[in-house]
Amino acid sequence: MTVDSTAARKPRRGGSKRAGARTAKAAGAPELVQLLTPEGERVEHPDYSIDLSSEELRGLYRDMVLTRRFDAEATTLQRQGELGLWASLLGQEAAQIGSGRATRPDDYVFPTYREHGVAWCRGVDPTNLLGMFRGVNHGGWDPNENNFHLYTIVIGSQALHATGYAMGITKDGADSAVIAYFGDGASSQGDVAEAFTFAAVYNAPVVFFCQNNQWAISEPTEKQTRVPLYQRAQGYGFPGVRVDGNDVLACLAVTKAALDRARTGEGPMLIEAFTYRMGAHTTSDDPTRYRRDEERELWEAKDPIARLRTLLEREGHADEAFFAALETEADELAKHVRDRVRTMPDPEDMAIFDNIYADGHALVDEERAQFAAYQASFAEESH
Amino acid sequence: MTAQKLSVVKAINASLRTALENDPKVLVMGEDVGKLGGVFRVTDGLQKDFGEDRVIDTPLAESGIVGTAIGLALRGYRPVVEIQFDGFVFPAYDQIVTQLAKMHARALGKIKLPVVIRIPYGGAIGAVEHHSESPETLFAHVAGLKVVSPSNASDAYWMLQQAIQSDDPVIYFEPKRRYHDKSELDTEAIPGPLHAARVARPGTDLTLAAYGPMVKTCLEAAAAAEEEGKSLEVLDLRSMSPIDFDGIQASVERTRRLVVVHEAPVFLGTGAEIAARITERCFYHLEAPVLRVGGYHAPYPPSRLEDEYLPGLDRVLDAVDRALAY
Repeated sequence: MTVDSTAARKPRRGGSKRAGARTAKAAGAPELVQLLTPEGERVEHPDYSIDLSSEELRGLYRDMVLTRRFDAEATTLQRQGELGLWASLLGQEAAQIGSGRATRPDDYVFPTYREHGVAWCRGVDPTNLLGMFRGVNHGGWDPNENNFHLYTIVIGSQALHATGYAMGITKDGADSAVIAYFGDGASSQGDVAEAFTFAAVYNAPVVFFCQNNQWAISEPTEKQTRVPLYQRAQGYGFPGVRVDGNDVLACLAVTKAALDRARTGEGPMLIEAFTYRMGAHTTSDDPTRYRRDEERELWEAKDPIARLRTLLEREGHADEAFFAALETEADELAKHVRDRVRTMPDPEDMAIFDNIYADGHALVDEERAQFAAYQASFAEESH
Repeated sequence: MTAQKLSVVKAINASLRTALENDPKVLVMGEDVGKLGGVFRVTDGLQKDFGEDRVIDTPLAESGIVGTAIGLALRGYRPVVEIQFDGFVFPAYDQIVTQLAKMHARALGKIKLPVVIRIPYGGAIGAVEHHSESPETLFAHVAGLKVVSPSNASDAYWMLQQAIQSDDPVIYFEPKRRYHDKSELDTEAIPGPLHAARVARPGTDLTLAAYGPMVKTCLEAAAAAEEEGKSLEVLDLRSMSPIDFDGIQASVERTRRLVVVHEAPVFLGTGAEIAARITERCFYHLEAPVLRVGGYHAPYPPSRLEDEYLPGLDRVLDAVDRALAY
């Protein structure tokens, strides 16, 4: 895979003239980095290009298809009562797979609670993601196993953790980079603004990847901002780029360039992946109350998976056997997830008191003992 | 440096210096902690000796300070952050309560968050609004955090060493009105447990339990009471989470009376919790209800009224008299 970017080749400390020019140009009509059109046509971009083998293209397609299948299965499991809640990523597969595949194993990822596609790219077991939605834990995986932090529910908080982690990378003299995920709603949070400030001041190797999926539950992006979100970066002194978030090639190229830029000491960058939340905010949400079907139909025509399939077929990167095998693999993944979730055990009662402190705490010990004695009293009564 | 008389400020400074020397992963960060040495000069000279990479002047953003400290801890660092004043901690409260306190549990113990948050706290310095508050209960109420406060130079030094060595987040409240009080510090001593109460003055008739700035007030009250023939025990609690209930119980079983003193409002304060638990543990030992002396359920007043708002010698002795009258 080769990714080329003039932004990566000609980096400038604390922001680039190119970014400034782009921002100025964008004031009228925002420039969208796109390498694959909704019709499945490859297009050139002056700053970013990508050259992938057939196998790599098939790999991206497979990632997106399996992620969507997993996501659909999780929604079904919620409807069947196996999960308490699910936050679907439907429609955002390209943004997540493109950016996720741009990361190196030694990079570190700070997700929201919707980054199932990124988790997939990082090698996190998909069933691990379901524990918190089933209510058996609050995350529970080891973040250091795949350099993929726990899902963060409070909006925008993780942008600061990502920035601090990136500051640590600089102190270590390492050439890893960090990517912080958040959404259009989070862009209004103070923590995101503070993360921008800290990242800029310390020139931290962090990429801010904002998936603008147009809706923060019921509030459209217009309720969060008067300017295109990527332009916010300029005020902090680092580049901002808007990329077609439904174009996996553009997301991969731009994120890889931004990460490379970060790891070579050129500091942070903001990527606004312009995409669409095709489903509800979560399974508890009812989008018919606040948005029109026509809007969804408009975005259906820009589907990230369909456009890559068109390319694969037209340029002969994949044959029918590939698509058929992938369908089988997706069904197997779904079955695996379904089986694992249904047999996921509830935690032991005493787990309430586990891992609150690393070094222990007298009150926790006391209450644990009281609780155990209380539980034991029922066993005695039954004798 | 072994045994010497040192101010609380200098003891904290020495403790930070020791930690920076002993462990390359220790970082000091906060507003004005670098060249200025902090508004109270607690970090004086540290940046000069350890460099800007380890003693870090941060942007003026408390949530950012704690949030990035969390990220640094995840990377393997041990950040010691300074919040400039008690009343300025609230922009960081979300990061402390929602993220810092819970992350170890959310990861089922697979990651640790060794972050120390130093906060100068308490009143009686004639300051403007938001510079005199005692918000310790708001942190002690949160599982996942540990909350401590030293009352003298030796504890200031050693408790900070132990807080930095702890793998848990520790909120370290500094009694700012006692910053310049000098007392004995032996940097080669073997310190006791971080969360154990200490008998600051033995007595037989009543226990005064306090921490941080109120320990000195209670010692003065005990000295005054002695002149009236009353023997008061002063217990320096040192830790508000966990609270050494065993230590308090042992004292109360000897003295049979307890008055808890803190600057923070009495309502739902540390004293309320101690009163409830000690009543439960020592019901048949108590000769009087547990009494509390503290701030009122009112915003911290303008400084010309703070002597009336804060527990002083007379209010402590008034509570002692009431407890002894039962």
